[in-house]
Amino acid sequence: MRRFLTSTAVIALAFAGGTAVARADDAKEVQMLHWWTSGGEAAALNVLKEDLSKEGFAWKDVPVAGGGGDAAMTALKAMVAAGNYPTASQMLGYTVLDYAQAGVMGDLTETATKEGWDKSVPAALQKFSVYDGKWVAAPVNVHSVNWLWINKAVMDKIGGTEPKTFDELIALLDKAKAAGVIPLALGGQNWQEATMFDSIVLSTGGPEFYKKAFNDLDEESLKSDTMKTSFDNLAKIIKYVDPNFSGRDWNLATAMVIKGDALVQVMGDWAKGEFVAAKKTPDTDFLCYRFPGTNGSVIYNSDMFGMFDVPDDRKAAQVALATATLSKSFQSAFNVVKGSVPARTDVPDTDFDACGKKGIADLKAANEGGTLFGSLAQGYGAPPAVANAYKDVVSKFVHGQITTSDEAVAQLVQAIDDAR
Amino acid sequence: MSSVATSEPIITRGKATTVRAQLQNALPQIVLAPSFLITIIFVYGFIAWTAYLSFTNSKTFPSYALTGPRAYQRLWRWTFESDPPSSWYTSITNMAIFGFLYVGICLALGLFLAILLDQKIRGEGLLRPIFLYPMALSFIVTGVAWKWFLDPGLGLEQTLHQWGWTSFHFDWIKNKDFVIYTVVIAGVWQASGFVMAMFLAGLRGIDSEIMKAAQIDGATTLQLYRRIVIPMLRPVFLSAFIVLAHMAIKSYDLVVALTSGGPGGSAWLPSNFMYEYTFKRNEMAVGSASAIIMLMTISAIIVPYLYSELREKAR
Repeated sequence: MRRFLTSTAVIALAFAGGTAVARADDAKEVQMLHWWTSGGEAAALNVLKEDLSKEGFAWKDVPVAGGGGDAAMTALKAMVAAGNYPTASQMLGYTVLDYAQAGVMGDLTETATKEGWDKSVPAALQKFSVYDGKWVAAPVNVHSVNWLWINKAVMDKIGGTEPKTFDELIALLDKAKAAGVIPLALGGQNWQEATMFDSIVLSTGGPEFYKKAFNDLDEESLKSDTMKTSFDNLAKIIKYVDPNFSGRDWNLATAMVIKGDALVQVMGDWAKGEFVAAKKTPDTDFLCYRFPGTNGSVIYNSDMFGMFDVPDDRKAAQVALATATLSKSFQSAFNVVKGSVPARTDVPDTDFDACGKKGIADLKAANEGGTLFGSLAQGYGAPPAVANAYKDVVSKFVHGQITTSDEAVAQLVQAIDDAR
Repeated sequence: MSSVATSEPIITRGKATTVRAQLQNALPQIVLAPSFLITIIFVYGFIAWTAYLSFTNSKTFPSYALTGPRAYQRLWRWTFESDPPSSWYTSITNMAIFGFLYVGICLALGLFLAILLDQKIRGEGLLRPIFLYPMALSFIVTGVAWKWFLDPGLGLEQTLHQWGWTSFHFDWIKNKDFVIYTVVIAGVWQASGFVMAMFLAGLRGIDSEIMKAAQIDGATTLQLYRRIVIPMLRPVFLSAFIVLAHMAIKSYDLVVALTSGGPGGSAWLPSNFMYEYTFKRNEMAVGSASAIIMLMTISAIIVPYLYSELREKAR
């Protein structure tokens, strides 16, 4: 018995000692929760790690694999519920606002004012990074969703040209099919299907319609014939997917295009990161076009580093992270690798490749022209409950549980209504 | 308490021994108390908490303002009134299919293997662990292994195509109507060896005198098993059933690893639904309500079992 008690005491002391040591390290450490685990993404994150280590801050990764970040968000929720805040976490759109509302986010307004973020970050992004007048998140980049990624060798082989309309896209896919190539690379996970559908809706209904339906959740627009046509178009395009697509990860679908097994992928510009990581160059190895019929508009999402309300001794590390994140040099270097475009509009595009330059110009035009829309599939159009209800319906349609566009529209209205 | 009663005679021997003796007698209670407390809080406390949350409108984080049975009303509507089927309806029908087949096939296959192994064959010591071994793997490993094996572009179908049988077609894992059966296949593969071990232990426990007597009376082997052996295995059947039933109801990781929810969410089980709604869709109230319904389902199986067991002991 005595031995038992002694050993318990020793173990307890060891634990206490261990925690004390861990806390001493924390102040000089940036704890970062993220789901950037694919090749291109990990390379992009290294840029930030190096910047911070120059200032003497260690980097502690808390990576949680899974393209859409669902697993990471669950891990984050558990950490926050336990009061064990990471310094920062990769977050998307409405999630930032949810956490801010729960009162667990820190306040970076001082740094923001000093660095002039208010002027350089587009207003559309500030909607998600400023809560109640306080800066709670540092936007890292702007992704746009409405892109086509095409393998140039395959394109040349089948003699294709840039599709300007949806019908031309279908004609192009037909050509690829005739040539014995998988026309469309798609991963059958609901967020990928919905991401593609975002572009289809914008292409079918135009910018006004997209905004009304997917940002304002206007019921008339959701019910409209245009939405039905969008589902019909989705049904048309889905016929060009290989039979084994269900459950595939997005980067594997991108790999199919990189290797020339497939002609085209409809995906956000994070796909470019994969091309870059595979040492491919735009215009010689691959082509980037806006999804036909969506030129001039940008459906965006943005990776943000949500900054948590950490104790004062860890604050310095957090401020260093935020400052480094929004510095022009990092914004340029990071986004060159990641495939996205900078979250501040005053970053020169000199280091970017052809697709990146086009992306920066498109973002600027869309920001000024009022055609910059939050992606519903990516959590920037509506809160997660609605966004997931939407992904459900699209996925059920793609996989044949819902068979007609009438039914799909009825389901969509019902699901969104339920989730509101 | 009994500790007081037993320590009485020792009192005469002086105070120091009394304290020690009392401590010694109370030791089981003292040692058990923390784990008892932990169980009370972290099992029953959280069940109560979940039940409470299901009557609020908690979204991302718990909220404590009661709003009535709205979450249950939604589940009710999703069960009976939605067409095409909602995720919840899919989940509970999948549960019925999976639960029935998984438990049924595991019991049948486990019993069959146990009877074969019980024929005093050579190499039983080698065969037993081979059948039992899948149980040592986690559901995640089972799921990933079967995912690759069943993937048409990677596993069985591809291999047979390469061997020249090009008309072979097996794409259940990518098919919304059949994906749940692939979950059954992987689950059965993992658990039937364990059930076999349970039955084997039961078979070994049967008195050989009874068997011999029956054989002398002229019973055939089939009759012997049908009339004597299997009825005598009733307690093993019950235990195996309880173990399998609760494994079926709580299985979550298998579906995630094997199909990641299946095409369009068609492989979901209620546990997947619960997790999705609570943690991914920020609808904690609906998630809690579904958890409570799952708990009631399990109770509906376990409570009658415990009742019958306890009644038999009391007799």
